[in-house]
Amino acid sequence: MNYLDFEKPIAELYEQLEAAKKLGEKSKVDVTKTLADIEKKIEATRANIYDNLTPWQRVQVSRHPDRPYTLAYIDAISDGTFMELHGDRTVGDDKAMIGGWGSIDGRTVMFIGQQKGINTKMRQYRNFGMPNPEGYRKALRLMKMAEKFNKPVVTFIDTPGAYPGLEAEERGQGEAIARNLFEMVQLKVPVICIIIGEGASGGALGIAMGDKVMMLENTWYSVISPESCSSILWRSWDFKEQAATALKLTPEDMFKNKLIDGIIPEPLGGAHNNQEEMFKTVKSEIKKQLTKLSAQDPEKRIEKRIDKFCSMGVVVEG
Amino acid sequence: MSWFKRVRRGVTTSTKEKKETPEGLWYKCPSCKTIIPVMDHAANKYVCTSCGYHERIGSKEYFEVIFDDNAYTEINEGMHASDPLNFKDTKKYTDRLEDSIAKTGLNDAIATAHGLVDGEPLMIACMDFSFIGGSMGSVVGEKIARAIDFCIANNMPFMIISKSGGARMMEAAFSLMQMAKTSAKLTLLSKAKLPYLSLLTDPTTGGVTASYAMLGDMNIAEPGSLIGFAGPRVVKETIGKDLPKGFQTAEFVLEHGFLDKIVKRTELKAHLAQLLKLFKN
Ligand SMILES: [Zn+2]
Repeated sequence: MNYLDFEKPIAELYEQLEAAKKLGEKSKVDVTKTLADIEKKIEATRANIYDNLTPWQRVQVSRHPDRPYTLAYIDAISDGTFMELHGDRTVGDDKAMIGGWGSIDGRTVMFIGQQKGINTKMRQYRNFGMPNPEGYRKALRLMKMAEKFNKPVVTFIDTPGAYPGLEAEERGQGEAIARNLFEMVQLKVPVICIIIGEGASGGALGIAMGDKVMMLENTWYSVISPESCSSILWRSWDFKEQAATALKLTPEDMFKNKLIDGIIPEPLGGAHNNQEEMFKTVKSEIKKQLTKLSAQDPEKRIEKRIDKFCSMGVVVEG
Repeated sequence: MSWFKRVRRGVTTSTKEKKETPEGLWYKCPSCKTIIPVMDHAANKYVCTSCGYHERIGSKEYFEVIFDDNAYTEINEGMHASDPLNFKDTKKYTDRLEDSIAKTGLNDAIATAHGLVDGEPLMIACMDFSFIGGSMGSVVGEKIARAIDFCIANNMPFMIISKSGGARMMEAAFSLMQMAKTSAKLTLLSKAKLPYLSLLTDPTTGGVTASYAMLGDMNIAEPGSLIGFAGPRVVKETIGKDLPKGFQTAEFVLEHGFLDKIVKRTELKAHLAQLLKLFKN
């Protein structure tokens, strides 16, 4: 287990728990009650910490190294039926954006999402979840195929941003994202988007134009990361906590501002603390939304989707 | 006091100042340092007569360059920004807005107006870089959305002139969603089979590039404009090397297949008129 700085009290209690267990084994002293007490304390401490997360801590949890990534969700939800598809048919296969067919309890779905690496080597391989233009074009190719075969699209968003590289610029990162916004918003099949970690800016939005856009409880979604915001507006990297608060990037704020459609609760202590429960919750939410969306007339569904995005924003009339 | 009007490279003088420029003032080209009377410079569409450098200009100047007899009707002129997040960095967003309005005489970073181009009706949404770096917030998105509604209701072609550093951070996710909003609205214009021309000018980056600027039926750019998704500084930091010469210029973007054409501002109106007639007939 990895612990974030504010999770240290939990880590310390786990150490106490281990020590008590060892003592019990060695000395034949009855530690049953001690163990139960410590475990109770762990749960209480965890609840207390997680009930009072600051926006910046929320950002940290969204990047927790033990947190499940897109493929873990897809594998669990599709019960081993996932068939990954590759390539944008133009330039290459982007490892930071994955997608393919899978079945949710007998119903075929097109899964798409940014993928982060689970260890140092894989993080490089996945380019830290930062897609190049071909990633967005692969995603669009798969969405269009889903549309052709009348299958719903489910996307998982988890990215620190679209890759700001030299070749990404040469191959039209801006155009690739723009094209996805334009095409995805008028896709004829139901589209469900779930932010499972980081929802950074256009790189996230490029696969997030859904009928239902939902955020897991410990995620963030905004126009820029708190660190970059701090560096640009405060001209220093030291104001990320303030930036995280100012950006109103938490699921609660995003929902209140009508910029997302729902929040999916996480198990106590975050998605990483009980992955199986997290997968189950997400699966049942997808099934629920699919049933609702599939019942709607496709033209009406598109109209509603377009209207929803067109109503976003607050201005003062002159 | 210098005897010519000083213009720092990359910063245009405010619209107000320009309008009231008395005869006899001089313009110094930041690129080739040639000095010419401001009146002549304006007559050449704010393009340097000797090296072709395109000065950054605002919406009023673009309307003057494009619309017949400088006659046009602006819509939603008074709309201005709200502060939905009560945003404060080193400065309150409301103070930033007030200062920008006072400094530029504009209400936000875009103006929408319709008029005739060689007799052909056209709606133009033109960004103003002088207003908080031409950043896209709710007003930019809403004005574009309403301009598109107007085009659909009046069967009118549409053009956006982009000049922006990207999304406005002080409206955070509201700004991000203006990318979604404008792209969604453009699908309706497309469905109505009305032409959408995108003119990318110096600079066009970030969320503006990654939404409406790249979605034109035709993407046109002014020569030498900086056009990209990530800013050059960020790309340089990412690759840890100096950027190749000409990287992210309009010419580079044309060569990589993302623009239809580069058009000099002096020829812009003629090109637009021809295009509008080609679409119509
Ligand atoms: Zn010059």
